[in-house]
Amino acid sequence: MNKLSIGLVAIAFSFGSVVASDVVRMGSEGAYPPYNFINDNNELDGFEREFGDLLCERAGLTCEWVINDWDTIIPNLVAGNYDTIMAGMSITEARSQVISFTQNYLPPDPSAYVALPGTDVSVITDGVIATQSNTVQSGVVADGSADLLEFPTPDETIAAVRNGEADAVLADKAYLNRFVQESGGQLVFLGDDIYPGAGVGMGVRQSDNELRETFDRVISEMKADGSLNELILKWFEGGIDTF
Amino acid sequence: MRTCAESFDSYILRSLGRDYGERLLPRGLDITLCDQFFLIASGLIWNVYFAVLAVVLAFSLATALAVGKFSEKPLISRPCNAFIFFFRGSPLFIQFFFFYSVFVLLPRQGININLVFTTLTVETHWLTRAQVGALLVLVLNTAAYTAELFYGALRSIPKGDLEAADAYGMTGFTKFRIVVWPTMMRLAWPSYTNEVIFLTHSTTLLFLSAFPARQQSGDALYYARYFVDQTFNPFVAYPIVAGYFILLTLLIIWGFSLVNTRLNRHLPKAKRQRIRFRPQYIR
Amino acid sequence: MFSFCSDPSVLPQWQWFACYLTTGTHLAFYRSFLVVITLILLAAPAALLMGFAGAIAMRSHFTPLSWLGKGYTGLVRGVPDIVFFLFVPIAIGQGVEYVLHLINCPDWDQPVRQGSDFLVCREAKMPPVGSPAWVRDIYGFILALIAFALVFGAFVANTLYGAMNAVPRAQVETAEAYGMNRRQSFLHIVMPQMWVFALPGLSNIWMILIKATPLLFLLGIQDIVYWARELGGQKTSFYTYPHPDWRVWYFLAVLVFYLSLTWVSERFFEHLMNRFNRGQATADGERQRKGATA
Repeated sequence: MNKLSIGLVAIAFSFGSVVASDVVRMGSEGAYPPYNFINDNNELDGFEREFGDLLCERAGLTCEWVINDWDTIIPNLVAGNYDTIMAGMSITEARSQVISFTQNYLPPDPSAYVALPGTDVSVITDGVIATQSNTVQSGVVADGSADLLEFPTPDETIAAVRNGEADAVLADKAYLNRFVQESGGQLVFLGDDIYPGAGVGMGVRQSDNELRETFDRVISEMKADGSLNELILKWFEGGIDTF
Repeated sequence: MRTCAESFDSYILRSLGRDYGERLLPRGLDITLCDQFFLIASGLIWNVYFAVLAVVLAFSLATALAVGKFSEKPLISRPCNAFIFFFRGSPLFIQFFFFYSVFVLLPRQGININLVFTTLTVETHWLTRAQVGALLVLVLNTAAYTAELFYGALRSIPKGDLEAADAYGMTGFTKFRIVVWPTMMRLAWPSYTNEVIFLTHSTTLLFLSAFPARQQSGDALYYARYFVDQTFNPFVAYPIVAGYFILLTLLIIWGFSLVNTRLNRHLPKAKRQRIRFRPQYIR
Repeated sequence: MFSFCSDPSVLPQWQWFACYLTTGTHLAFYRSFLVVITLILLAAPAALLMGFAGAIAMRSHFTPLSWLGKGYTGLVRGVPDIVFFLFVPIAIGQGVEYVLHLINCPDWDQPVRQGSDFLVCREAKMPPVGSPAWVRDIYGFILALIAFALVFGAFVANTLYGAMNAVPRAQVETAEAYGMNRRQSFLHIVMPQMWVFALPGLSNIWMILIKATPLLFLLGIQDIVYWARELGGQKTSFYTYPHPDWRVWYFLAVLVFYLSLTWVSERFFEHLMNRFNRGQATADGERQRKGATA
């Protein structure tokens, strides 16, 4: 939320070693179930909350979650308002120029189009497509021939399709799944899934090598012993491949 | 790097849609000063569009509401009063959010109104577009503010004018058209000028609230905010918007004082009212 | 909140709503109403102080100072206030960091603005790096408060300036004839009487202030608008209380909140105006005086 914590600071020096007692602040968006969302008790919940807590536990770190708007989530990481981003963020080349990523903790996951029933598939190339701004999906639409309609939060994109402002929405399929299931036939998937990202990773400042290596090591561990797969199955119900 | 002429070509009409210039907005380090000047200027098209149409469309409604509020019949004055209170008593920003979510709920196919001989279809889906829906909200809002000004003017119409009209045997609409309305306009004109200025200023709110900007075509402040998000430097884009709006404000004051002079031309010089710029209202 | 809330999916309707409306997120929503009221209550005196200083500056015989005062009020009123609400917090935030940077890191040799980055050293960050979330929230709130005080200070300055000039000139001249200097006549004659002339303007500004508070949302503060949008959006079964898009009801509630706030304020100011007019050289004061003697 903190647009006021101003200043994109490229920190040119190391933050020093991560001592076990240091608090690591984890940034997330909190509006993208099942990746991360604020539950009814006003707490962060979802796959990334559970996975992140496990990571910290295994790494022997004390972690604290910080909620931040998607729009400003990278600038605020760089500015030092938190130390990591876990917000369903796909690893892309453009982002890697500004921050660095751990290895991916989710394999490349499918994105899908959702529209009202009876919508023609051709809207994918020449209709109006809603996406959340600054996402890999918005990049896909901007590069294509369809009209892009951007919204700051993901649930507004769904509302835009319902009211006809957009012909379809492009988002992570895992996010869209429940909306389609629970719409009672008012929303349907359209066309084929696409795979725009290279998997979801944890973002850290480029200077924070030690922190990145710590998390990289634990992620490898959890990939190897199957505990990550267990979590993926629990939250994504087969919608995303396991490792 | 673009030259200034290139960015003029690319962006001066960009706010009309991405077919009117460069498809993509300039990003990050690619942004030049000229880009900021021209893209923000291009956004002004929408500020002027909303302000002019809202003022024109709201005018008759405001007059009707003012006369309605002045009416002695509670059946007429109460609803007018309630309307005025609703739109003046709540923030315009919230009204945008509220009406947008109402418009979203309206059926997409339109509402069929069954007249005896034909069926009239009201095309409701246009209302979720800023250019229609937000304009409607602005019209209702400014009509309420303007009605309150006109009502104040109605109350202070000199008794003598009305008695003179009676003496000439004028009644009903003739009396209103020839005596009441011109005097009302003359008395309300200075504050009406201010209302028009506030309205123009408040057109900057609508793309910041619920209404989405299709194809990234928004108003001046929408683009200024875009630049600040991209460059992290508020000291260029916001002063540019501020400058444009000061020009716009001066333009309105100039235009309206011409009319003011005309409205007051029959009065002796000392009694003429001057327009004083006193914007105080925010919605 | 209630004991029967453990499994909401099986509850009858009224109990479901009782539980739904008392969830943690809803309590945060209710708290945000207090945030708005706090902002109004803090911004009003701050703006009054700013405005008083502005009005004194405008009246000053020292020309640069009166230009400063007039320039300030003119500028704020000629530009949409929303531009100031967006500009001032960022500008002050960067300004503070820049000053701290100059003080704390004199050896820093790189320029502060590089391309699209604003670079200051680590010691100059405000709030300090690693401060907890609530410190950042309060810092953001204070910056927003400064923006409100600046904008509304200009409005107040103009009203007070007008009110000071509205105090009958003859009274000030009489005071001077009695040998009071400028300061004394201001303190004893102008100050006590200007408020009745300023009240209509001030009450108007108070209403505007109330109606400007939802703009907090644009500054990234979790205010009423933020929560109304957040809670009203469609919730899938990942949430304990799934529901369709209910934004319209939440915004309706917010509208009603603002309408009642302005309604109460209107009544209050009417009452105050009646009290203030007693014994004043205004039309209403005259009427009250006649009513009392008749």
